[in-house]
Amino acid sequence: MSAPAPSTATALAPVPSDGVLAGVRWALARDLKLAFRSRAELGVQLLFYVIVVTLFPLATTPERNLLSTMGPGVLWVAALLASLLSLPRLFATDHADGTLEQIALSPYALEALVSGKIAAHWLTTGLPVVLLAPMLGLQYYMDGESLTVLAAGLLMGTPILSLLGAIGAALTLGLKGGGGLLALLILPLYVPVLIFGAGAVDAVRAGLGATANLSLLGAGFALAVVGAPFAAAAAVRIALD
Amino acid sequence: MSLNWFKLSSPASFYPVAGTLIPWFAWGAAILTAIGLWLGFAVAPTDFQQGEVYRIIFIHVPSAWLSMFLYVVMAFWGALALGFGTRLSGMMAQAIAPTGALMTFIALWTGALWGRPTWGTYWAWDARMTSELILLFLYLGIIALRQAIGDPRRADRACAVLSIVGVVNIPIIYFSVKWWNTLHQGASVKLTGTSMETTMLTGMLVMSFAFWFYSIAVVLARLRAIVLERERDAAWVRALPAVRAHAGVLR
Amino acid sequence: MLEAQNLAARRGFAELFKDVGFRVKSGGALVVTGPNGTGKTTLLRMLAGLSAPAAGEIRWNGRRIEPFSAELRAVVAYAGHLPALKDELTAEENLVSLVELSGTSAPRADIDRALDSVALSHRRSLPSRVLSAGQRRRIGLARLLVSRRPLWILDEPVTALDAAGAALLARLVHDHLDRGGIVVAATHQSLGLEPSRVQSLVLGETVPA
Repeated sequence: MSAPAPSTATALAPVPSDGVLAGVRWALARDLKLAFRSRAELGVQLLFYVIVVTLFPLATTPERNLLSTMGPGVLWVAALLASLLSLPRLFATDHADGTLEQIALSPYALEALVSGKIAAHWLTTGLPVVLLAPMLGLQYYMDGESLTVLAAGLLMGTPILSLLGAIGAALTLGLKGGGGLLALLILPLYVPVLIFGAGAVDAVRAGLGATANLSLLGAGFALAVVGAPFAAAAAVRIALD
Repeated sequence: MSLNWFKLSSPASFYPVAGTLIPWFAWGAAILTAIGLWLGFAVAPTDFQQGEVYRIIFIHVPSAWLSMFLYVVMAFWGALALGFGTRLSGMMAQAIAPTGALMTFIALWTGALWGRPTWGTYWAWDARMTSELILLFLYLGIIALRQAIGDPRRADRACAVLSIVGVVNIPIIYFSVKWWNTLHQGASVKLTGTSMETTMLTGMLVMSFAFWFYSIAVVLARLRAIVLERERDAAWVRALPAVRAHAGVLR
Repeated sequence: MLEAQNLAARRGFAELFKDVGFRVKSGGALVVTGPNGTGKTTLLRMLAGLSAPAAGEIRWNGRRIEPFSAELRAVVAYAGHLPALKDELTAEENLVSLVELSGTSAPRADIDRALDSVALSHRRSLPSRVLSAGQRRRIGLARLLVSRRPLWILDEPVTALDAAGAALLARLVHDHLDRGGIVVAATHQSLGLEPSRVQSLVLGETVPA
């Protein structure tokens, strides 16, 4: 069997990098497509979240007031745990099949490509949690106002989690004990998010209003969006060296 | 004596310099500790509210200060390692982490010992203690990451990225915990009234310098060990008398 | 033009190679050979800009190249040991994805032609996990064809290719050199190139720069 002669391509020329958005779009589209084709995995993560949240009342108490006090904290911590499940895979699968090297060698800025991957990660793991949490909060006898503040906080906190988690995932690429080490690395960094997020609900219940907490979360989100892609890209390059 | 700083930046040149510096800092630490402890335990007066127990601040506060200071220094050396790729900077950062973690641990431990008689509990979720605990986790994370990465160069750079991210986060962590704490009306730590007695302050400062000198001495000693380990194939290491005496034993 | 001077590499504490140097002009190829473990992959990764050499420098068109430098990323196409394919995507989708990643547009006609050239047209819509190793490699060849980069760095490109595949690869390299491109390849098999175009670099013995 002889293959036809390859076509003569046009003149060789270096390609200028096309700008940030193109890179983000490439990574976002690809990762979303890949996630969609492994739908079952996503379902499992969500199920994990639901199970963890349901376990707490079973292990502690069905008493209304106690549950109500615990609720925001449990929902926030469970969001963290669910995210930790999926974070190691953010770069590891690409690393394992050689795609990560191609990504790092692309003319698109690595920071842009990494941002696209992080965005896809949030859309597939963080956003479902944001949508699911208010429903689960009903188990904890939380009222409408609390649930709204909870959702608003998670809406900003879950992206921060994906952003910080990406740094951890890149740093621990290919290492033994990856998942546990990843958790150890990012949990301390995540503490302020937890405090402000769960604290927003407490504040609203205490009549103090959630604006302060939520704006601080917003500031954290802005800081993470700007800084994390650079740190994560640097970590990816270090891991590929 | 003019110092050519760039010449000092190679492990080979800094190794002997560190060796000569260590005894000075070690002795300095010992003397300052003696003075500080004397000031703290013999000279400073009994506290109005807390009695004799408060004296633990002469260890607690300096160790807490050092724990934070060392973290920043470690992040600084990490930044140098990342920016310039110099091996010695990475080795410095590697040498600092365990001592920083130790200081954090001492601060937490002495804090708990102080807490028991003062608040009735070994642990209270006040802003400082909680942030100190998280600082310990940060240190342990950096040490764990270094252990997990085999290649020293990759480890230097990965730990540098992590320390820098952590450094940015430390004030945020402290602030957030303080916020959370005031909201929860938790037990708050009051050092001693509103104005501190001069002798108490002097004692704490002297002890802080003592801890600082101790840290420098210990970090330099650890640095020398790290240099030997990481540069073991270099000719100058093989030529060291102590190494030559054991040559052949490990091969 | 790609040049290297006094390159050295270490793996952990062990030295892999040192004092490696060469100069390859447009239209030339560098073939790297040597026993296993002598650092061929390491050298190629350095040339692609993935890792920094322990010593020495690399220059592209006279300018020094640091790892991940934008200049190098704009001109290089690197094919490593792994074919860089996602199992869940079809052959065609993988090709389009890789081409777009390299910043080149992927018009349908070019993709069709490329898949045709590597004899994968009839398998284009199958998920890549069902493709054989040789077929996966051919997608990589198709990518080289469409993305039109001046500098090709190929690590054991003949792996898993059958005779027809190897012939195809040789033709691709030949045409690429004709167009003025540069190829650096680590391979034991002859690519059928005229000796005048090929330089040889053997690792595992000291080589004059």
